[in-house]
Amino acid sequence: MTLRERPTATRDVLLRGGRILDPSQGVDERGDLLVRNGVIEARDRSLGTPDGAEVIECDGAVVAPGFIDLHCHLREPGREDVETIATGARAAAAGGFTAVCAMPNTEPVTDNQAAVGFILRQALRAGAARVYPIGAISLGQKGEQLAEFGEMVGAGAIAVSDDGKPVASAHLMRTALEYAQTFGIPVIDHCEEPTLAAGGSMNEGIVSARLGVKGIPPEAEEVMVARNILLARLTGGHIHLAHMSTRGSVELIRWGKAQGVHVTAEVTPHHLTLTENACEGYDTHAKMNPPLRTAEDLTALQEAVRDGTIDVIATDHAPHHYDAKEREFADAPFGIVGLETALGVLLTDLVHTRVLDLPVLVDRLACAPARIFTLPGGSLARGAPADVTVFDPDLEWSVDPTEFASKGRNTPYADRLLRGRAIATIVDGHIIYRLKG
Amino acid sequence: MSKTLGKDLLGLEPLSTEQIRLILDTAEPFKEVSERQIKKVPALRGMTIVNLFFEASTRTRISFEFAEKRLSADTVNVASSGSSVQKGETLVDTARNLEAMRINMVVIRHSASGAPHFLADRIESNVINAGDGTHEHPTQGLLDLLTLRDHFGTLEGRRVCIVGDVLHSRVARSNIWGLTKMGVQVAVCGPRSLLPRDIADFGVTVFKRIDEAIEWAEALNVLRLQLERMQAGYIPSLREYNRVFGVTRERLERVRHDVVIMHPGPMNRGVEIDSDVADGQHSMILDQVTNGVAIRMAVLYLLAGGRPELADAAKGGSDR
Repeated sequence: MTLRERPTATRDVLLRGGRILDPSQGVDERGDLLVRNGVIEARDRSLGTPDGAEVIECDGAVVAPGFIDLHCHLREPGREDVETIATGARAAAAGGFTAVCAMPNTEPVTDNQAAVGFILRQALRAGAARVYPIGAISLGQKGEQLAEFGEMVGAGAIAVSDDGKPVASAHLMRTALEYAQTFGIPVIDHCEEPTLAAGGSMNEGIVSARLGVKGIPPEAEEVMVARNILLARLTGGHIHLAHMSTRGSVELIRWGKAQGVHVTAEVTPHHLTLTENACEGYDTHAKMNPPLRTAEDLTALQEAVRDGTIDVIATDHAPHHYDAKEREFADAPFGIVGLETALGVLLTDLVHTRVLDLPVLVDRLACAPARIFTLPGGSLARGAPADVTVFDPDLEWSVDPTEFASKGRNTPYADRLLRGRAIATIVDGHIIYRLKG
Repeated sequence: MSKTLGKDLLGLEPLSTEQIRLILDTAEPFKEVSERQIKKVPALRGMTIVNLFFEASTRTRISFEFAEKRLSADTVNVASSGSSVQKGETLVDTARNLEAMRINMVVIRHSASGAPHFLADRIESNVINAGDGTHEHPTQGLLDLLTLRDHFGTLEGRRVCIVGDVLHSRVARSNIWGLTKMGVQVAVCGPRSLLPRDIADFGVTVFKRIDEAIEWAEALNVLRLQLERMQAGYIPSLREYNRVFGVTRERLERVRHDVVIMHPGPMNRGVEIDSDVADGQHSMILDQVTNGVAIRMAVLYLLAGGRPELADAAKGGSDR
């Protein structure tokens, strides 16, 4: 759709001697992978080097289907001072993501076909990761009138969401789930009961009580998760639940799936690795919505990723200006950047600690997103689009936000020593990122 | 444990029992200064203190100012209604500008929990929390402790119940930390909608009904009920609050033992407390106010590096 229009012809790329890990085909073996004309050409224990091919030595590295982030905020149009589609797409590439889905809470809101077209055009210019626009559910994300799903899908939108704002009206959500079926797209909801969450800045619990910060109870999310699953059951539509954060939500999703409801869900790397304790000292880099919860929630979310109750891991990459986070906790905005730390954090805190197996992680980052949103990629099968992520699972590095490709520096992982990092990212046969040094 | 307070006084939660006792003991000699004809000692001569009040306050601000002046510090009051954000200048800019004028201490009152911590992390001056959002009001907690200690002689084993809107009260939090660290048995009583969900994890007893609380307690610390709580839907009406949770003479007379009454002020007479209780013989409300000045003198003196064993000498009028 977008990157096929790249002007230059591609050289062959040979990824030599890596651990080829493609859960979509059940492949996990050492070998070479050849990319030609934008598709996967061949995979074998050993391939010769075609004339003129660019060779990437992958010894000790993992060669996986390109990661797809179903949830990020690229801020353009409207807040180009904080992030642009180009800087966001480059940050994605640096983090090993070959595609990202851009949420529509831009200024103005991405709620029409022209706005969707603009995002695709900017992504094409950037020539980094693919960018799939997500259209708004309601005009201006006001929660009143449905946006034109048909025209937005025609222009390239792959889903609809009022993310950043919950869909408060159950009637509107029902209608969206019904109407979206014509176009075969999922409806994504930011599950938050607005009156329960009003004014809250962190998880409601002992830490918020001690800090004197207004809390957001887990039930603010769970009430809406339950509602959305019931509405998906009512309508037969596909509900995708964004950034799940509680044990109760996991139980509800498990129930919904057992009932045969078309429900899918995502969780962020930070909700899998951090708890409300990160808010101690009023650290605004730990302020996000949904808030970081408890160790009990963390365990339940990890288990849900392992057993597939939660289908995918998505970053909820949310850049903010330095000054915006440098203020009183209650006044600081929600959200952190995540594209460039996701892989390292997940490998360090989940895979190297044996909470998750590597093939499961690759599935949740690459294969499952393509599968549940029917997007290109997510596979290294012959003839598949040549979207490939090469990462060194043991490369140690320290997070230095000033080196981010993203304009956002707001991360709770600053100065963390991580183990594992993308070393090359290939989109449509083009090498869009290579780690220097 | 350290015999000093460190750079800042941000709350009672991080303080040790020894540090709290140090402040209470240091306040003792300073009480007498306020009883003199000439209410001034030179302990903080040459020091510059800024009282940065981002939220309306009469009692606390005046109490700090008296404490500073009686220690001979030079003081400047900066009052601003509304938050710094509304004012257009960020809190950190305000603080850095003040510090550029070479000050020694900042006393801050702010509507956002954590604002004093934010400031303390970013400036060299000593920071004293004069009440931040719904977090802590450490000098109030300390003056409550001093008032109780004056009355009972010792704190260990006493039974104190905090009554009212604990959820939104910084006074309640500082009291809970201070009292429990000093070995006092602490209870809370109020409508469940105005208690934090995890209140029991603070190590306090929870009473559903005020009569049970009065039966148990030797002292009640009655919190102010903000009118906004009714508008925000936490309670149906002030009238019903008074009928269900109000501390009335009738209720106090039902028990055999004396119950001492405290209130951080300002009071809503006829809502959380009846006038004849507030003005009654067991009320220590004005003692609290008097002790407030001594406590604040002690905190200022200790943070400025004053040696506790010299507090007596300091008040005597000799230079340190």
